Amino acid sequence: MADAGMLRFHVPEPEVRPGGTPDFSNVTIAAAGSVPRPEIDVDPRTIRDMAFSIIRVLNRNGEAVGPWAGLLSDEELLEGLRHMMTLRTFDARMQMAQRQGKTSFYMQHLGEEAVSCAFRKALAPGDMNFPTYRQAGLLIADGYPMVTMMNQIYSNEADPLKGRQLPIMYSSKEHGFFSISGNLATQYIQAVGWAMASAISNDSRIAAAWIGDGSTAESDFHSALVFASTYKAPVVLNVVNNQWAISTFQGIARGGSGTFAARGLGFGIPALRVDGNDYLAVHAVAKWAAERARQNLGPTLVEYVTYRAGAHSSSDDPSAYRPKTESDAWPLGDPVVRLKNHLIRLGVWSEERHKQAEAEILDTVIAAQKEAESHGTLHAGGKPSTRDMFEGLYAEMPPHLRRQRQQAGV
Amino acid sequence: MPRRTMIEAIRDAMDVSMGRDAKVVVFGEDVGFFGGVFRCTQGLQAKYGKSRCFDAPINESGIVGSAIGMAAYGLKPCVEIQFADYMYPAYDQLTQEAARLRYRSNGDFTCPIVVRMPTGGGIFGGQTHSQSPEALFTHVSGLKTVVPSNPHDAKGLLIAAIEDPDPVIFLEPKRLYNGPFDGHHDRPVTPWSKHELGEVADGHYTVPLGKAAIRRAGSAVTVLAYGTMVYVAQAAAEETGIDAEIIDLRTLLPLDLDTIVASVKKTGRCVVVHEATLTSGFGAELVALVQENCFYHLEAPVARVAGWDTPYPHAQEWDYFPGPARVGRALMETLEA
Repeated sequence: MADAGMLRFHVPEPEVRPGGTPDFSNVTIAAAGSVPRPEIDVDPRTIRDMAFSIIRVLNRNGEAVGPWAGLLSDEELLEGLRHMMTLRTFDARMQMAQRQGKTSFYMQHLGEEAVSCAFRKALAPGDMNFPTYRQAGLLIADGYPMVTMMNQIYSNEADPLKGRQLPIMYSSKEHGFFSISGNLATQYIQAVGWAMASAISNDSRIAAAWIGDGSTAESDFHSALVFASTYKAPVVLNVVNNQWAISTFQGIARGGSGTFAARGLGFGIPALRVDGNDYLAVHAVAKWAAERARQNLGPTLVEYVTYRAGAHSSSDDPSAYRPKTESDAWPLGDPVVRLKNHLIRLGVWSEERHKQAEAEILDTVIAAQKEAESHGTLHAGGKPSTRDMFEGLYAEMPPHLRRQRQQAGV
Repeated sequence: MPRRTMIEAIRDAMDVSMGRDAKVVVFGEDVGFFGGVFRCTQGLQAKYGKSRCFDAPINESGIVGSAIGMAAYGLKPCVEIQFADYMYPAYDQLTQEAARLRYRSNGDFTCPIVVRMPTGGGIFGGQTHSQSPEALFTHVSGLKTVVPSNPHDAKGLLIAAIEDPDPVIFLEPKRLYNGPFDGHHDRPVTPWSKHELGEVADGHYTVPLGKAAIRRAGSAVTVLAYGTMVYVAQAAAEETGIDAEIIDLRTLLPLDLDTIVASVKKTGRCVVVHEATLTSGFGAELVALVQENCFYHLEAPVARVAGWDTPYPHAQEWDYFPGPARVGRALMETLEA
């Protein structure tokens, strides 16, 4: 054996930096329809290769093909398109509102709309999502009022969270949307606990855990997989791989692992990888995993392969760390355009109707925005009371907080 | 009335709570089949089944994080961290999640969990089996922190904690598990069966959170203590002959300030005692509150007797542990000041 010489430290780097030409030739993409659809009670050991492929339904021609196709009616697909378009318009208006100083902060979903919008339609009433800050499509697709979302973003007098939370950290038990926390990955293990509780209670409800590619490096990701595996908890463990964690490319979190889905294999958790920009594929895979959970067959890990087309947040400028045109080069395209083309191909949609829908949705979002702004924005108009700052920490206010509230003069 | 050890009282509290409310679940490392490394959960799995009492992976963040999810669902988990020294991996879940869930969701979700942790030294536990991390919890808005000092209180406080709608950190001084301990390590330990506070009623009762107990009425100086230090302070009072009023705080947050202030206004002097390290320990908060509320009644500086600002050592156990001699000296110095 040759002399090994000095050790060299390895730090993964993305292939392209600003000024370079985007290149995704290293991303292997299975053809639409090529990945089989196993029975939900499949022995997880026999489908390990699914953690390294990509389940896709929509092909280049906008046709739905293969064993994962055919679950949704034309009406359901049209509704899905409307949800994604609504989320995109909502994002654009709120991003603008942040730039106008009406709120302090915003985070968009640009390019990832299919993931949360399609997933929501695979759940049943009573199921609980434990989302990150980039799954507002779960609320949009469940009919949560946009005005209420905006009230939260504006921290105004109608904010359901009384101005206590940073914008977009929504909470709605009624809509199966667990309170968002700023601390990454904490909700992943909480989702498993919620699912364990449902099983302990002999209930039929399931949980869905959400995490991004970067946050899989947090220890609570590991905690969640251990607990989900040990107790066979009825939970869908979602990993949204949008390639970027702020400025850090996914290779830093993924390391030598082939895929994020492959992380599930060591825990004996069946793992699927899906085209996150394919509304039909996302929905079909979510349905499969949800059904497994509901049939008491245990957890499933699902990696959604997508691309964070927008900035990380309103405080971020991606041109400092990646090529400006990288999202255009992303081989899985745009989820809205792909579903639109599919519906046109089906003959139930047209470019004209799409433009008309865009205009209608914009009107609806603007009307919601006007209503929300009538309740105030961060620095103008109605706002939560100082008293609200002291309330609601404990079920009953302890004496020391009562004294502090008096000192504050409220 | 039956006499029980603190271990039996804690076990009884969980037994009573699980019997009354099917939503109460108990889990942690070695808590299920084996009944816990301190036997606090012995028999619970056999009685209530594996769905109600079960073993957990060695993952503190996972134990607390999953308990938070269960609480959000509607259960009332009472979980165990094997030693308080090992709570740090769960600190993120406790401080950023459990403590804030009600507040940040405006009551949409709540977190009625209890996290039990054996705490404190005096057992040759060395650096990671002796710590007293209570100040790391009392500094966190949204948590309640409880430290019982005897079997009667341990049962009543634990049932109250389990029934409380908010997250409670329940620190169990493991030195007191089998009997009271006054710091005289060279003398045989008296079991709880010989102590009146070992009397633990059968069935359901609670000791309310946020209420202190006066263990020894006195007029010369007020001693604020909790856990093992209650007995150390009692021994110090007897051995010095000083008529100290000894207050067992029982709950650190919310704190029973009224009882403290009434006592210090009466005695005019105050000594704070805890095992935890001195700097930024809970004693600093107590001293500040006494100073703010009793300034014109104080006849001497408020003194603190605490663990030294070092990691908890092994060989030097009794040089570190604040025993009756050190506490006695502080009492005398306060009277002479």
